[in-house]
Amino acid sequence: MSNLQETTEQILTLAAQHFKVPRERLSPDDDFFKKLGINSLQTLDLLTRLENHFQVELPDYELQGVSDFRTLAERIQARL
Amino acid sequence: MLDLSRYSCLGAALRDALERWPKEICLIEADRDRENCRLTYRQFKEAALPLARWLQDSEFHPGGRAAITMTNQSKWLISAYAIFYCGGVLVPIDYKLTPAEQLQLLAHSKAEVLIVEYHLWKAIAQSSEFGTLRTKTVLVTEAPANAEVYGAHRWEDSKGKGEAEFFARERHDPACIVYSSGTGGRPKGCVLTHENYLEQCMALTSLYPFWPGVRYLSILPTNHAIDFMVGFIGPFTCGATVVHLRSLRPEYIREAFTKYKITYMSLVPMVLKNLERGLRQRFSELPAGKRRVLNGLIRINRTMTRGRPRVGLSRALLRDVHNAFGGELRALFTGGAFTEPATLQFFYDLGIPVANGYGCTEAGTAITLNDFKPFRADTVGKPLPGMELKIIGPDAEGIGEVAVRSKTVMSHYLDDPEMTAEVLVDGWLMTGDLGRIDPAGHLQLFGRKKNMIVTEEGKNIYPEDIENVFEGIAVKEFCVFAANYLWPRRTMTGEQLVIVVHPEQDHTIDEELRAEIGARNRRLLNYKRISGIVPWERDFPRTAALKIKRNVLAEEIRQTIDSSAVIPL
Repeated sequence: MSNLQETTEQILTLAAQHFKVPRERLSPDDDFFKKLGINSLQTLDLLTRLENHFQVELPDYELQGVSDFRTLAERIQARL
Repeated sequence: MLDLSRYSCLGAALRDALERWPKEICLIEADRDRENCRLTYRQFKEAALPLARWLQDSEFHPGGRAAITMTNQSKWLISAYAIFYCGGVLVPIDYKLTPAEQLQLLAHSKAEVLIVEYHLWKAIAQSSEFGTLRTKTVLVTEAPANAEVYGAHRWEDSKGKGEAEFFARERHDPACIVYSSGTGGRPKGCVLTHENYLEQCMALTSLYPFWPGVRYLSILPTNHAIDFMVGFIGPFTCGATVVHLRSLRPEYIREAFTKYKITYMSLVPMVLKNLERGLRQRFSELPAGKRRVLNGLIRINRTMTRGRPRVGLSRALLRDVHNAFGGELRALFTGGAFTEPATLQFFYDLGIPVANGYGCTEAGTAITLNDFKPFRADTVGKPLPGMELKIIGPDAEGIGEVAVRSKTVMSHYLDDPEMTAEVLVDGWLMTGDLGRIDPAGHLQLFGRKKNMIVTEEGKNIYPEDIENVFEGIAVKEFCVFAANYLWPRRTMTGEQLVIVVHPEQDHTIDEELRAEIGARNRRLLNYKRISGIVPWERDFPRTAALKIKRNVLAEEIRQTIDSSAVIPL
């Protein structure tokens, strides 16, 4: 099982691939809405991709109030 | 459908609906590709009445207030019916609010009962403000076995023994208290009566009828005014079926269309835009020849439906597109925020009419709606039956504040006669929106007179509601405004909030202050965030009670600087 740091790293890599931005532009505390210029529906696309990668089911509400990669990683880590 | 003019309250209308169509399916709840439950009207009644009895056994009396905080699911509707059956007043609360905001609205509404999903309840119970909760009875749904429920009762076990007693209400009694804003400042609890809802339902279904066999796809939470009406009261009083989908992900929405052969669906402009994006992408991936054929068929459909929608013809012409939507879709409903005319036109040309409307919580659900006689992409439609519209103080182009008078307009703001008097003037509701009625009777909107924004997700954000997050920043004074209020633009897109900052003497807006404001900003939900800082050097005008005179300050700013002064965050 990954630790939180590894989970965060994997999320950053997947987000960079999914939204086609250089990985080095993203860091754990980034506000992903602002950094990636995406809306809440587009974050659900990312959630689907993360589910497939981590093999967990993440209800839509897990993203409620989350806007940075680190907190997202904590939510996913809790379900691994 | 039931003749709603004969009814005095929602509870009585719903009770008769459950008796009239016992074998029809009223509710299907789907979670992704799984079906959680499927209930007939009889089974719905059998689920709701023991809960009503349990509430009555718990001293919940007619006129008592009960709040619901849940995502989009069947227990919302079952609970709401149980509350109405008891003669209670329903307080729908947006589950996306923070625990502190939810607690604030529970306190303001004086709700005696709260019905809430487990994960939301857990967040409330673990919040630092939990001690402020005065709601005496809490029912929690879907709590895992052996989970800590923080003093709540389990919804699934809350079944009273014996028959529940039905309590009818009068038409002018409150049915719901719906909060249009005020989570950070002065709560705006719109008191909507049974008459408001019954009249609204009659007006909407006169244009867009439901009947047994119609399947409405619900992806908006039922606390949303549109879904409460079009995804609950409307279909139930017509014997139709509501399909709840507990996910907003495009892949499951697409699947639900085909799996359940959906007839109608409501969606906010952001989701509509997403559907458009997906379809355009799929069209662009077609081989060149197929794309040419498709474009030709779309052109033919556009010509043939210029005067009115012709669903059968469109389905025959554009079979693959319609099959992707289940083949039985008649219309989509949208509202709550600005929808781009090009998006509306895109769907209409495919033979999928999108009924674009305009409304506000204070006026029930919808005030105007497109009736497709003929389709217009550039307006929000004509007034619904029973709605009177007028434009206050029109300028040379006929644009002024939109005022509405109808039986759907709220009774008042809860416990706030002063604010009520500001918006209800001589029987007319002053909407604060700027519009014009064109020669064909269609309403066109041109921005706002009021200091607020509406996001693309359909969320109304009032500056006063987010100011508390900036309390204590190292400045002399500050105030949040809608940028469109400071510098009016005749548009309802791209609306943003800005913070006006008056620094301490001999200080400037330096990097440290910007970082602090940025950090505070991130504590807000993403759609509530400010986008920039307006530097301001003069003292804010204030009342004798030291409240900021916002309109005076806005005028001073408008006269002194323009929007290029905004420092982006």
